[in-house]
Formats: sequence, C-alpha cells, structure tokens
Amino acid sequence: MSTAQSISHRESKPDNYLTHSRGFLSWALTLDHKRIGLMYLVFVLAAFLFGGTFAELLRTSLLTPNHWMFPSNYPIHTADAALNVANATLNAAHDTEAKLFYNNMFSLHGAVMVFMFIIPAVPAVLGNFILPMMLGAKDVAFPRLNLMSFYIYLIGACFVSWVLMGGILRILFGLHVPFGYGLDTGWTFYTPFSTSKAEDGMVAVVAGVFILGFSSILTGVNFIATIHTLRPRGMTWFRMPLFLWALYATSIIQILATPVLAITLLLLLAERLLHVGIFDSSIGGDPVLFQHFFWFYSHPAVYIMILPGMGVISEVISVHSRKHIFGYNFIAFSSVALALLGFLVWGHHLFVAGQSNLADSIFSLLTFSVAIPSAVKVFNWLATLYRGSIRFTPAMLYSLGFILLFTIGGLTGLFLGALETDVPLHDTYFVIAHFHYVMVGSMVFAFLSGMYHWYPKMSGKMCNQNWGRFAAILLFIGFNVTFFPQFIMGAHGMPRRWATYPAEFQPYHIISTIGAYIMAISLITVALNWLTGLLWGRKAPANPWGGNSLEWHTSSPPPHDNFLVPPVADDPYNLAAWEYDASIDGWVLRKTDPVPAPPDRTRPVAH
Amino acid sequence: MSLTHSNDIPAPVAKDVGPNDPHGVHAVPKRLLMAVYIALVVCTFLTVGASKVDMGDANIWVALLIAMVKGALVIMFFMHLWWDSPFNAMALITALFFVALFIGLALLDAHSYQYEIKPTPMATPAPQL
Amino acid sequence: MSSASTTETSVHHGGHEHHDPHLAHHFDTPEQQFNSAKLGMWVFLGTEVLMFGGLFCVYSIYRHNYPLVFKFASETYLSTFWGTLNTLILITSSLTMAWGVRAVQLNQKKLLVVCLSLTLLGAGGFLVIKGIEWHAKWNEHVWFGVWNKYNGLNDESFRAPPPAQPTTEPVVAIMPPPPVSIRATDMDANTGIDISQIKPRYDYAFSQTIQAPSVAPSVEKPSPENANEHYRQLSDAAQWRVNTFFSCYFLMTGLHGIHVVVGMGLITWLLIRSLRNDFSSEYFTPVDLIGLYWHLVDLIWIFLFPLLYLIH
Repeated sequence: MSTAQSISHRESKPDNYLTHSRGFLSWALTLDHKRIGLMYLVFVLAAFLFGGTFAELLRTSLLTPNHWMFPSNYPIHTADAALNVANATLNAAHDTEAKLFYNNMFSLHGAVMVFMFIIPAVPAVLGNFILPMMLGAKDVAFPRLNLMSFYIYLIGACFVSWVLMGGILRILFGLHVPFGYGLDTGWTFYTPFSTSKAEDGMVAVVAGVFILGFSSILTGVNFIATIHTLRPRGMTWFRMPLFLWALYATSIIQILATPVLAITLLLLLAERLLHVGIFDSSIGGDPVLFQHFFWFYSHPAVYIMILPGMGVISEVISVHSRKHIFGYNFIAFSSVALALLGFLVWGHHLFVAGQSNLADSIFSLLTFSVAIPSAVKVFNWLATLYRGSIRFTPAMLYSLGFILLFTIGGLTGLFLGALETDVPLHDTYFVIAHFHYVMVGSMVFAFLSGMYHWYPKMSGKMCNQNWGRFAAILLFIGFNVTFFPQFIMGAHGMPRRWATYPAEFQPYHIISTIGAYIMAISLITVALNWLTGLLWGRKAPANPWGGNSLEWHTSSPPPHDNFLVPPVADDPYNLAAWEYDASIDGWVLRKTDPVPAPPDRTRPVAH
Repeated sequence: MSLTHSNDIPAPVAKDVGPNDPHGVHAVPKRLLMAVYIALVVCTFLTVGASKVDMGDANIWVALLIAMVKGALVIMFFMHLWWDSPFNAMALITALFFVALFIGLALLDAHSYQYEIKPTPMATPAPQL
Repeated sequence: MSSASTTETSVHHGGHEHHDPHLAHHFDTPEQQFNSAKLGMWVFLGTEVLMFGGLFCVYSIYRHNYPLVFKFASETYLSTFWGTLNTLILITSSLTMAWGVRAVQLNQKKLLVVCLSLTLLGAGGFLVIKGIEWHAKWNEHVWFGVWNKYNGLNDESFRAPPPAQPTTEPVVAIMPPPPVSIRATDMDANTGIDISQIKPRYDYAFSQTIQAPSVAPSVEKPSPENANEHYRQLSDAAQWRVNTFFSCYFLMTGLHGIHVVVGMGLITWLLIRSLRNDFSSEYFTPVDLIGLYWHLVDLIWIFLFPLLYLIH
C-alpha cells in the first residue's frame, strides 16, 4: 500500500505541495494555486457554518407562530392594572425583539450564504485547485493576483463579520459598535427600506459585499487569462474538460456582472450615507431602478453559483459511470449559452415591483429561453448515465441528487418566470423553495460531489466511503423534507420573510424544521468524514476513480509544480485508457499506452 | 474567438516600424501619434461647436457620435488595439455590448415611470377636457 | 516572483539562450507571459467599462425622464470652458502616455521618464481644475442629492418659509417651524431665481403650509427678466430635479476622479521604477498595462464631457 505504484516512476519523490515548504508564512504568502484553494476552502466552509447556523436558528424560531424563543405571553388581564400595563410593555418588547432577531437571522443567512459561500465555493475552491491541473499548467496565469483576491475575500468577510461581532457585543454587553448591529434588509438590500429605516449594520455588510465582489472579479480575470494562454499544446477548446468550460462561462459572468454589483452597492452606500437621491424616492430617486441594478448582477450571479456546479457534475457523472460524456459540444455550449442568456432575464424579479407591462412581457418571454440550455445539460447527463457502469460513490450520489433536485428547481422556476403565475406566487415560500432547490439542492450538492471527487487529490487520503454515502442519502432526505413542504406552503400563500404565520401552516413549518435538523446532522457527518479521512484515511492512489482529465495524471497530493512530467492533453473523457489495479485500489494507465509521453507532444517547446 | 485554435495569441505582427523588439509589439510611429492627437483635439472643438447648433433631438446623437470617433481613435492607436490580439478587442466589445444591453433594457422600463405622484382619480376627478 | 528553482524539472526554456529574470515559472516564454498580462488587463478594463456603465445607466434614465432639467442645470452651472480645457489636458496626457509606451518599446529610457512626468503633470492639472469646479459648485450650493439647494427636503432653509401664524394642522403643530436662514430669500447667482419658491415634489409634512399662499412672507418674486429662460419652462416638480443632475454629475466625475487619483499613484510608481532603470525594450509590461488603464480613464472622460457639459 505504502509503496503504491504511481502512474509514473518519477513521482516516487515524497515531496508534495503540502510538504513543499512549512510554516505559517509559507501558507499566508503562498502563490501556489493549490494552497490558495485550500485556504479558500477553510474560510468558505466557515462561512457555510455560520450561514447554516443562522438557518437552523430561524427554522427553530418558526416552529411555532408566536416566537416561542422570545416568550411574550405575560398575562395582561389580571386584577392588578399596573401589572397589566407592565406585562403589556414586556410583551411588546419581546415581540419586537423576536421580529428583529428573525429579520437578522434570515438576512444574515442569505447574505453570508450567497456572497461568502455559494459564489466562491466552487470557482474559488475547486476551480483554484483543479483548473491549472486540468490544463496541465503549473499555476494560474496571475498567481499574485490570485493571492490578492483571496485576501480581498478575507477583508470583505471581515466587514460582514463586523455585524456579527457587533450583534454579539450588543446582546451580551450592551455595547454599541458603529455600523455594527443588525442586517434586516434581506440579502437583496432593497431600497427604500435599506436607505432609510434599516439597521446600521447594513452599511458594513454592503461594504463587505462590495469588497467580496472584487475578489470575484479578479478570480474571473485570472481564470479567463489562464484558460486562454496556458492551455497546453494538444488541448484545443474542444478537448478541455467540461469543468473548464463551466468555469470559463462562470468567469464571463463574473467579469460582466460583478462590476455592476460594485457600482450598485457603491450607489447604495452613497444613498444611505450621503443621500444622493438616485434610489431614495424621498429625495428624487427611484427604488425600482435599484432593483434593475441589483438584478442585472444578481440574476446572472445565480449562474455564477450554478454553472461551476454543473461543470463538476459533468466530470463526476462521466467518471463514475465509466462512460464517455454524452454530447460534449452541447454541454460546453450550453454553459456559455446559460452565461449569456442569464443576462437577459433579470426583469422577472421585478414583476410585482412596478415595472412596465412591456418590460414584464419581454422578460417573461426571455426567461423561458433559459430552460433550453438547462434541459440540454440534464438530458446529456442522463444519456451519459444510460447503460454506464454506475458506481454509487458519494460523489456520484450527490451528482444524482443534483440532477433530480435541479430538475425540480428548474421546473418550478417556470411558474415563477411566467407572468401570470408569478404574481400570486411572488414573495411566498414557493420562491424560497424554488431558490433553495436550485442553490442548495443543486449547488451545494455539486460542491459536495466535487469535494468527494477531488478529496483524494487534495488531501492525498481517502475518506470512508460508506459514511460518505450515508451522509449523501441523509442530506437528500433532509433537504426534501425541509423544502418540499415549502412549495405547498407557498402555493397556499405563506409569505416569505414573516416571523409569524397563520396556525394552519404550522404542520408544514414543523416538518420543514425537522428536515433542517436532518440536514444539519448529515452535514456534520460530512465534516467528520472529511476530518477522519484526513487523520486516519489510507493513502490515496494517484487516480482513485479512473478519470482521464489531466489532474489524475499526477500523484495525490500533487507536487508543488503539479506535474513532474508535463502531461499529454488527450480526450479528457477517454476513460478506456485506464484499468483498475486492485493492488493499489486505484486506476493505472493501460500497458498498451504507457507514459511517459512522447516528447513531441508535451507542452509547447520554446521556439 | 478562435475556438479551434490552440493558442489565441496571433503570430507577432510584422515589425514594419518598431525596431528590435522581443515581444513582437508594435511601436506606434510618431506621426501617427501626433495625427491621432490632432484629430482628438479637433474633435473636441467640433463637439463643443456642435452643441451650440440647435439640431433638436439629434444633438445628443451627434455628440455621442463624435465621442465614439474619439474613443475609437484612442482605443485603436493609443491603446494599440489595431495591432493587438482580436480577443482583446472582443473583451472590450463584449463589455460595451453588455453596457448597451443594460442601459437599453433599463430605459425600456423608464418609459413607464410616473413623472410625479398624481392624485388618484377617485380622490380628485379629472377635469373634463 | 522567484521561480528559478522550480524550472529544472520542466522541459521548457530549451531554446532560450538566457533566462529572463522577469519570466515567471509557469510561463514558457516572455511572449506568452506578456500576452497573458495584456489579455488580463483588457478583461479588467472591460469590467471597468461595465462599472461605469452603471452610472451611465443612471444618467440615461434620468436624462431621458427629465431632459429639460439636465439642459437647464448643465447650461446654468457647468462651465464649458473648464470642461473643454480639462478634456484637452486629459487628451494630452493620454498622448504623452502613449508616447511613453513607444519610448520604452524603443528603449529610450530618458524619454520615458519625461513622458511619464508629463502624464503625471496632466493628471494633476486635471484634478486641480476638477477641484476648482467642485468648489464652485459647493459655493453655489449645488451639490448632489440633499446637499443641493434645489432639493426641498434636506436643507431646511429651502423649504417653504415658516408660517406666519400657527396653523391648526396637527402635522405642523408637532414639527417645529424650520429656522429662517439668510439663504431662504437669496437669489441664485446664476439664474436669479428665488430658491425659496422651489416646491418639493411631494413633501408630506409640509404640504399643508406650502399650499397656503397667505402664509408665505412677502418675498419678492423673481422678475421674469432675471429668471433663466429654461428654468421657466420647467414645471414645479421638474425644478426640484436639478439635484438629480448634480447627483449624476458628482457620482460620474467623482468615480472618474478616483480613477485619476489611482492612475496618478500608478504612474508615480512607474516613474520611480523607470528612474531606477527597471524598464527596457525587453521588459515593459507594467508601462504598457498602466498605459492602457490611463487611456481608459481618458476614454471615459471623452464620453463624460459631452454628456455633462454640452447638453443642448
């Protein structure tokens, strides 16, 4: 086991990127894309933990309609009139506190999850780690920019955390930190509420999101330049793994949409702090314009979140069903099509916001066009699975879950894209459920799928597959228990963002909350699974799954420069080139096609 | 986008003007620089002059047209895009296209904005015209 | 970045007669590195265009909705002279920057220093003129949003004058009457308009008093000869929108100004490095990239100038 036969004899050197250099500074100042990816992973998971905690808290508070976490049922019909008055005051205070608490929970949940977890999760973690290796390159095009974008992410996260710290200080010690308390606008920061009545913490969070946006932009610039200029000779555009196509499409959105978010948030801050009168109707602005601005970014941002996940699924489905990906060109172009069409549909968020009827109709029509590339992807994945030899690894289970949940999320999106049905469903739990089916059911599943797929490559260890399978199935169950009742609630008219609700909805809310707890258990299982794998897992072979994209052509974990022998760019889905070797529980290249590669097909030689 | 080509960077352009230069980058000749500069200055005065002439709604389009000509001169010659990789031009054009898309679709909606909040017909019946 | 130690195992650089100290380990040739950097810069410039695009969108919408206000505000308060001068300065600094890039491509190191210095000078001159203009706006009380005297909501002195006697309306009874300020009866220096007569579009608290002509003190109405021609064409509601023009003006020139300041910092850095003799025809990537950035700043001003200063 320990003397694992790698695919190349020259990889027997023990040095890898984790042991290449030691000490805190060797990580903090590293230019190695793999280490930067891991550093992102730590902070992204921390954000996920915080966002998840907020979600559990708000689900818990919704167990009953009457804020049971802030009891406010002091008797007000006693004989003592003074006591009645005092109790009524207490009730009112608890009520306000409960509502503020609830508002903060859902706003922070949304803002932290969207801007600090979902958007960077796949591109910044998996993309950073895998992209250069898939290209057979030593690093991304601009390693220093990469490190800078990580630190920009950290600075932005600090701004958001400021609100968290301010809230804790205020609750525990009664201290008031400037701009440090309360985000009660929701993650969308809608005007005029955000510019007039919202709590101060909104300023810090908006500034934080503004900064996080730059991190996103720089990552996008880096990836585009990398894919354009660092592809090895032999890797044409149509020999790129589909994950790279997805990351390329994501980067296009990141550089085209995120600057508009930056200017939107800048205007929002100017409005709130300087009262410039662009969005605030009381001084001549237009709140609907804010929604145009915000959704010009945030609708494409939905594709920033989902596209890299789709790229992961394309890899995992092919490798774990031992079949060449079906319809490569269609999947590749549908990624780009989604990226571009995503820019044409933002108006469907404004159907009930006072947008003109003409714009309503146009945006509603355009919204349906997004269904085409989405469906193209799903059908091609299904065709890939058809008659494949499917192995139910954790990565595969998450991918299968993705396909199912994304389909449900996408189809319910049709109800929201259609003008007529959106009006009653707008701002109900139906939207919440739809959004979570696409974001959690798809994006988080894809992230976990990718993490399980590349975990051996990142850590050099294998984690326990059975616990991984258990967690995947549990997450699938918990997710559906949480969010499916919300479709029903929404269709019955349960409004989103309400701290209380009519009693008829209580059964649904209880089921939903139980589902949220199941999800928490399964995610904790995942975390423990990864940690135990890291500590006690057996050493991973270079290619544990038999994939043929270039990252599997190097050792696990990879050396500092990724490859000791420059790899040959081949069809990334030519899985037949590998055969299973039981002695290492991994895959090795067939003898008929041995490495090392012929020198004339290596990366470009100098002229 | 040259989708089938393995490397987007075109071969170095012929060094017709720039002398020994390892990057194959074009050094813009002095005369061209000065000609572009003079054109920019002339266009500046032209746009000031044009704004004094009443052309009705056409004024803003004339002003924008002159600005686009100036911008194109700066982009092509000061920023070397004339000799540069086509992908770089595409990056810029894509950005401009999406700005146009954003402004266009947002303007589409601006038609419907109420100029000011009007009293509802119920509160004050509209005068008979 | 230091990279020499990591290139041994690779098969690259075989054809190079010397090792370029500026070549990072993950690139094969300086050419590839230069082209990557340039491509990255162009993509970044694309994001800059989109960021300004947001402000252009704000401008388009409000100009589309209030064309006369924009014309009035621009013609009355913005100086075509200063605007034209600034355009010429920025174009000239763009020329010197382009010339600097040419100089370094041709290895003319002294000329590079001269060109960069001239560019920096131009940028400074631009900002000084911008400062003069902004200062004049401040003196005329026409800043953005609520800091604009045409905006009836923030600056108490430009609300309707206080009622001569307490009214019976409860909303007035709760709120203390706004203090009388000297500016309340001032004539605008440019237009000769009595600003105190500007009515907010909708003012919930004071709507009662505004509509009562009897409570207004005897302020002289501006004579028609004084009033600006365009101003009289504006409806009451539109007059109040002058602040929207200035919000656009300050946001656009402000963001542009920030870019000029950043550009000055970058050019200063280039100047220091070029004085240290860091650049040559072999290696001039930073000069080229910052040159591109500087031209973009110029480019945006080329569009801002007619849109803000030359509204007909």
